[in-house]
Amino acid sequence: MSTMTVKVRVWRQPSPDKEGRLVDYTVGNVVADMSFVEMLDVLNEQLVAAGEDTVAFDSDCREGICGSCGCVVNGVPHGPGTGKTACQLFMRAFTDGDTLVVEPFRAKAFPVLKDLCVDRGAFDRMIAAGGYISANTGAAPDGNQLLIGKEIAEKAFDAAACIGCGACVAACKNASAVLFVSAKVGQLSYLPQGQPERYRRVVRMVDQMQKEGFGACSNEGECEAVCPKEISTLHIQIMQRDYLRSVLRGA
Amino acid sequence: MILDGKVPSGPIETKWNTYKDHINLVAPANRRKHTVIVVGTGLAGASAAASLGELGYNVLALTILDSPRRSHSIAAQGGINGAKNYKNDGDSIYRLFYDTVKGGDYRAREGNVYRLAQVSVDIIDQCVAQGVPFAREYGGLLDNRSFGGAQVSRTFYARGATGQQLLLGAYSALMRQVDAGTVKVLPRREMLDLVMVGGRARGLLCRNLISGEYERYAADAVLLCTGGYGNAYYLSTNAGNCNVTAAWRCARRGAYFGNPSFAQIHPTCIPESGTHQSKLTLMSESLRNDGRVWVPRQTGDKRNASDIPESDRDYYLERRYPAFGNLVPRDVASRAAKAVCDEGRGVGATGRSVYLDFADAIKRLGEDVVRERYGNLFDMYQHISGENPYQAPMRIYPAIHYAMGGLWVDYNLMSNLEGLFVLGEANFSDHGANRLGASALMQGLGDGYFVIPYTLGNYIGGTRLEAVTTDHDAFKEAQDAVDKRIKGLLASKGGKSVKELHRSLGRVLWDRVGMARNRAGLQQALKEVTGLRGEYQKNVRVVGEGQTINKQLEYALRVDDYMEFADVLVRDALDREESCGCHFREEYQTEDGECQRNDAEYAYVAAWEFKGRDQEPALHKEPLEFKSAELKQRNYK
Repeated sequence: MSTMTVKVRVWRQPSPDKEGRLVDYTVGNVVADMSFVEMLDVLNEQLVAAGEDTVAFDSDCREGICGSCGCVVNGVPHGPGTGKTACQLFMRAFTDGDTLVVEPFRAKAFPVLKDLCVDRGAFDRMIAAGGYISANTGAAPDGNQLLIGKEIAEKAFDAAACIGCGACVAACKNASAVLFVSAKVGQLSYLPQGQPERYRRVVRMVDQMQKEGFGACSNEGECEAVCPKEISTLHIQIMQRDYLRSVLRGA
Repeated sequence: MILDGKVPSGPIETKWNTYKDHINLVAPANRRKHTVIVVGTGLAGASAAASLGELGYNVLALTILDSPRRSHSIAAQGGINGAKNYKNDGDSIYRLFYDTVKGGDYRAREGNVYRLAQVSVDIIDQCVAQGVPFAREYGGLLDNRSFGGAQVSRTFYARGATGQQLLLGAYSALMRQVDAGTVKVLPRREMLDLVMVGGRARGLLCRNLISGEYERYAADAVLLCTGGYGNAYYLSTNAGNCNVTAAWRCARRGAYFGNPSFAQIHPTCIPESGTHQSKLTLMSESLRNDGRVWVPRQTGDKRNASDIPESDRDYYLERRYPAFGNLVPRDVASRAAKAVCDEGRGVGATGRSVYLDFADAIKRLGEDVVRERYGNLFDMYQHISGENPYQAPMRIYPAIHYAMGGLWVDYNLMSNLEGLFVLGEANFSDHGANRLGASALMQGLGDGYFVIPYTLGNYIGGTRLEAVTTDHDAFKEAQDAVDKRIKGLLASKGGKSVKELHRSLGRVLWDRVGMARNRAGLQQALKEVTGLRGEYQKNVRVVGEGQTINKQLEYALRVDDYMEFADVLVRDALDREESCGCHFREEYQTEDGECQRNDAEYAYVAAWEFKGRDQEPALHKEPLEFKSAELKQRNYK
């Protein structure tokens, strides 16, 4: 298999309180079947051999479902191509001699911890602010007592497919998290189980989003374009409609 | 020592209910006085932490990841079993129990498995109530599909991302308890030691993975929900952060390790493409519902798949196992794939893969139906391999996937160390020598939602627990030992990277303790593992500093533990002179190459006690009794 050499310009930042900068590296022996994060592994092995600190990046499942990985490659969260995470970006998308500029997801609400690792704890806090159905263990009725049409189940799944990676925030010029919030609000609003808490939920989650320092939505759709799960911006309309209704009802 | 699994007496159907009727309880107002630490937030950990929080316990939940939502349960694709019999096809709690015991080749504990089958129905209800978008039929009822090792359709699913949806359900229940103030989630923390006080597990020491600081947590009980050790083999379908460290550190404190050589090799993974490969990706077993597995009939047939006519194809699973066909259990399917590749009939550039072909299914059902059922799996295959599975068959090969072995626990899910409970994949209890598809999710959630709330209450309610705080000497001793270890590793400036040495270890395990094992090979492996352990100590190179995010250091600590753990894994395979499930000893096979069990001598759980680095571990046995599922030679023909 033929190999290629790429130039990698990576954001290096030792800690949240120190300044970062872009540092240039050259990575050889790159093959087409290698994923982008495997290419970073190769770079890190070079750094180990040289006795230097490795590039810190989050990565776990390496099959596009855990949402751990994420960085901006050549200006695009998760890099070129659609419907995939950085770990599912393969080096066949690049050619010999290319330069890859690699930066962390940037948003006020996602402080950089080190190099490409950011703190996405805000996402957890937004889910804690009502992104659930209150159903204590042991109290559930038979699963088939609730009839849920196939179309509704599929629609709820489409929203529930969100992996919480944060690419939507990184792509948005306002660093808004509405796609993330609306995916959870949408999933639970479509399902009958989610109705009792529907209006309380949307208000609490949206308020938490604002508290975390995410920006507002200006309907440009960059979030959907980079979303690895191709979550639709249609859920945002549901969220906004529910939010408005809640406010009008004084929920 | 003969171990007692503490399975309640009485008929198997009533054991669990009778047990629940007579256990100790903790009154609602007293629960908040008890702190419980849950390590790991996958299906087992998140469901346990959420359920215990709901009951009112004071819960601390640790995860090595940046959020509980990312735990590796999320990657499970195919489904979750539940003995609902919604399909009217003859399913029952007994049948799920029987299939699981048989599928595990009679090396699981009957009492635990029956309980698991009983709670399986409640799990489905609980997940529906949380808003898990299971697949539905047009009429609105829950849909099912079939899975390996069963002749009924009892698998509930959410497209090809069932684990994700179940985990997000458990995670949302967990975050609800965070909201309610009963659970505190501590992300980016790695447990590096268990703290024992007065003979009981009373806390742990962990490293804050952002600051590198040591943190001490005291509790009345510790629940280990830290998943499996497949990454000991270097390449596996596990996520990069899955590791044996928490379990192994408990083993070093005296917890017995049960059946460590029972590591499942999953038949349908995307084959290895080169040495850069960091992980192998599973293609859900559900694909075998509609995909047909084949290789060319003749060795060395290098034609494209589409150019090979039906008459020159060998659908070897359908041929060898007509009753179960492509849906034989995983161990059987994996060995069959290895066998045809060993014969030289494997396909692809390396000759180490077989076809999984959907052409018939597409013809029968249409591409749209196939896309609806498996779309995300096909997309994933295409992303990784660069090939379109709608047009050409997938190529697959077995890979390490799941650990049936794990820390030994009794019926209460408590290890031999009082106060240390082990749930989900991290324990050994329910899957014997081979796990059936869609049963891991069931066990993780069964343990967390429906078993531990009772058994933990029984322990806490029935035990006088003195107050313990983190200034106890045992915490200091643990911290000093961990600090010494970390400083030692950071000072290691040898010639090989952690990854290189890990890869070498993985090669030994895969070659000698993989799909086929034999005495000479295992004895050789024991020597090689000892050699690598020595080399690791002398020649590893760890870069970076301790007081910051240092993924090399995290990795180095984990591989250090694999080096010790691998010894007991190999010894276990060597000790078990029989073939059962995933453990295929070439010396013990039937005439047609199937597993030959030796029930007279090996119907036991092997529980290994760590005696020190480079010391021989001690073997303890828990005899297994089969009263409700008759001991038989497995037959899927």
